[in-house]
Amino acid sequence: MNLECRKFDALVIGAGGGGLRAALQLSQADASVAVVSKVFPTRSHTVAAQGGMNAALANVSPDNWHWHMYDTVKGSDYLGDQDAIEYMCRAASHLVIELEHQGVPFSRLDNGKIYQRPFGGQSQNFGGAQAARTCAAADRTGHAILHTLYQQNIQARTHFFDEYFAIDLLMDKDGFVLGALVLRIETGELLIIEAKTTLLATGGVGRLFRTNTNARINTGDGMAMVLRAGIPLQDMEFFQFHPTGIAGKGMLITEGVRGEGGYLLNGDGERFMERYAPNAKDLASRDVVSRAIAVEVREGRGCGPDKDHVMLKLDHLGSEIIKKRLPGIRDTCITFLHIDPVEQPIPVFPTAHYTMGGIPTNRYGQVVVPVKQSPEEPIPGLYAVGECACVSVHGANRLGGNSLLDIVVFGRAAGNHIIEFLRENRYHRPMQNAQDSIDRALARLARWEQRREGETVDELRKELQKTMEFYCGVFRTRDVLEQGVKKMLEIEQRVAQATLRDHSQVFNTARIEALELENLVDTGLATVVSALAREESRGAHSREDFPERDDQRWLKHSLYYQEQNRLDYKPVRIKPLTVESFPPKPRVY
Amino acid sequence: MDSQKEQLYWRCRRGMLELDELLQSFLDQGFDKLDDEQRVAFQQLIRLQDQELLPYLLGQTLPTDGKMAHVVNCIRHAYRP
Ligand SMILES: Cc1cc2nc3c(=O)[nH]c(=O)nc-3n(C[C@H](O)[C@H](O)[C@H](O)COP(=O)(O)OP(=O)(O)OC[C@H]3O[C@@H](n4cnc5c(N)ncnc54)[C@H](O)[C@@H]3O)c2cc1C
Repeated sequence: MNLECRKFDALVIGAGGGGLRAALQLSQADASVAVVSKVFPTRSHTVAAQGGMNAALANVSPDNWHWHMYDTVKGSDYLGDQDAIEYMCRAASHLVIELEHQGVPFSRLDNGKIYQRPFGGQSQNFGGAQAARTCAAADRTGHAILHTLYQQNIQARTHFFDEYFAIDLLMDKDGFVLGALVLRIETGELLIIEAKTTLLATGGVGRLFRTNTNARINTGDGMAMVLRAGIPLQDMEFFQFHPTGIAGKGMLITEGVRGEGGYLLNGDGERFMERYAPNAKDLASRDVVSRAIAVEVREGRGCGPDKDHVMLKLDHLGSEIIKKRLPGIRDTCITFLHIDPVEQPIPVFPTAHYTMGGIPTNRYGQVVVPVKQSPEEPIPGLYAVGECACVSVHGANRLGGNSLLDIVVFGRAAGNHIIEFLRENRYHRPMQNAQDSIDRALARLARWEQRREGETVDELRKELQKTMEFYCGVFRTRDVLEQGVKKMLEIEQRVAQATLRDHSQVFNTARIEALELENLVDTGLATVVSALAREESRGAHSREDFPERDDQRWLKHSLYYQEQNRLDYKPVRIKPLTVESFPPKPRVY
Repeated sequence: MDSQKEQLYWRCRRGMLELDELLQSFLDQGFDKLDDEQRVAFQQLIRLQDQELLPYLLGQTLPTDGKMAHVVNCIRHAYRP
């Protein structure tokens, strides 16, 4: 097949905050940059981030980057790499100010400084009083950042390929990444984008789970592309769940509801959190509440005809308080449940929120893999940033407000490193040496066109999501996870036999959804296989059968390879850049 | 399916779960009942930014344009939990 080909210095796949920040750095340095996004850039998932972005500006409470670093290391349950965390926390204030100069309208205090709100896990003086570290542009911080970066990129003449779907990376025989095969969604045409460097910024994979807070575009495409190129994914067993999402739908019901006095009930009408956390009850930490809900449901004490959720009751607060303090929650419930929480309880279940694991990178955004004695050798020409990457600043658990920071800090760092790489690698490498990877990607596409009978993509995706939720959600034991692996392997087989409902060319959503389903299978297997192997509880990964953290055996990063579902491990980078290391301690709040 | 509707399906993939849920289920359950003018208003509506669309679809405010406001109400009424 003769494919159209376009050449650039740098290819950026993904136009969320991470991709756009990197692209901007590159375009401003006069590199020719292509940004590919499956949806219009400003519809990337970054737009959903409302809470804000952390930086120790000390505008509201005393603060400094070192305290922020401590909180992030502790929050990560010591699995975060301390060099990357130091780098991020040190860069934070500068980057917030830079965003402000670029046009992000951060909310202000009366004295004119940037307003900051307190978030969970933020402390002064290494674990002392609450800090207020989160900078916000009203409740549209992600939106403001995304729009600002997009406008800046337009000015800097970044070339956008809107509504193009990246299918696979193209890699030559020497292991250099030469670009990607992409599909123009409007016409179904294929295109090769050739580039001296390729950066993945494709976001997280919340769609793995039936109940999740993510937009439907979050299907882990970049992560799966990496797996298919023979590169491992890191720490995929760590997935952050929020205890209260609307059951079966996923929309977030904030902690604020329980903060105001709302509480959880099981199918027997029992206030079950009293059994799990006699003191904190419904205000226990997120993971405790999530697991308690999952246990109630698994032991048959759920609510509803399928007994598959619990209830969050707040009608006793009275309509005035609900309307005044929780108006957004009320609107969400009325819209999606046709239930007014002033009168009726809200059906809730833990909802998948954030992917801590991802493509292994160093703090320059280079994708790194173990080679012989070295645990972290860069793959030439390949970079990753944002939620699809694992740098790893979030370790086993991300703190609220740290991911918007992550994407701008490492987006910029990757941009800078690519500029250096381009100086030393001035020419495109010959594409004919990547023919094998082109052929493999084309064969994968062709398979979907050939099969005319079989199970549908929609059915299989639903089954995958249910399987991941039940066998690899918040409730994990060896037995449950073993069944999960088995079921996911079966689903993998069935997806290989599935069929497309539509074979047309123009805006064929069905084809894209089929490719996304394959990506969910690949990343789902990575998640459940890594979770089965890790026999300890750390951060978001909690095992009923191994309830303690085990630093002796498990203070290390998992690396999952697709070939034979193999696992490998590499050490955590405990040594920061300039300060002393924070050694692992019990994580109590 | 006709390609215009396929295009709408893709354009109703947004950055937020709430919008995905409402817009995509409307395409399945309500869109075909709209007349030509209303379909144009729907197209205008989905050209808005996600953060502009959200308060409309959550019933917090309505667009000033009457036709668009009508379509917003259709989307909200057609939604089945
Ligand atoms: C409801 C919600 C609220 C949140 N609130 C906060 C908050 O207050 N503070 C905070 O710090 N974090 C928050 N987060 C997390 C944060 O929003 C995300 O982690 C972050 O925005 C991810 O940015 P990104 O650039 O990595 O990816 P995204 O913004 O997800 O962008 C991914 C991009 O990749 C493109 N893409 C994906 N696959 C392909 C493909 N195959 N081909 C072409 N393009 C592709 C998409 O089109 C998109 O442009 C929140 C998350 C959720 C779900």
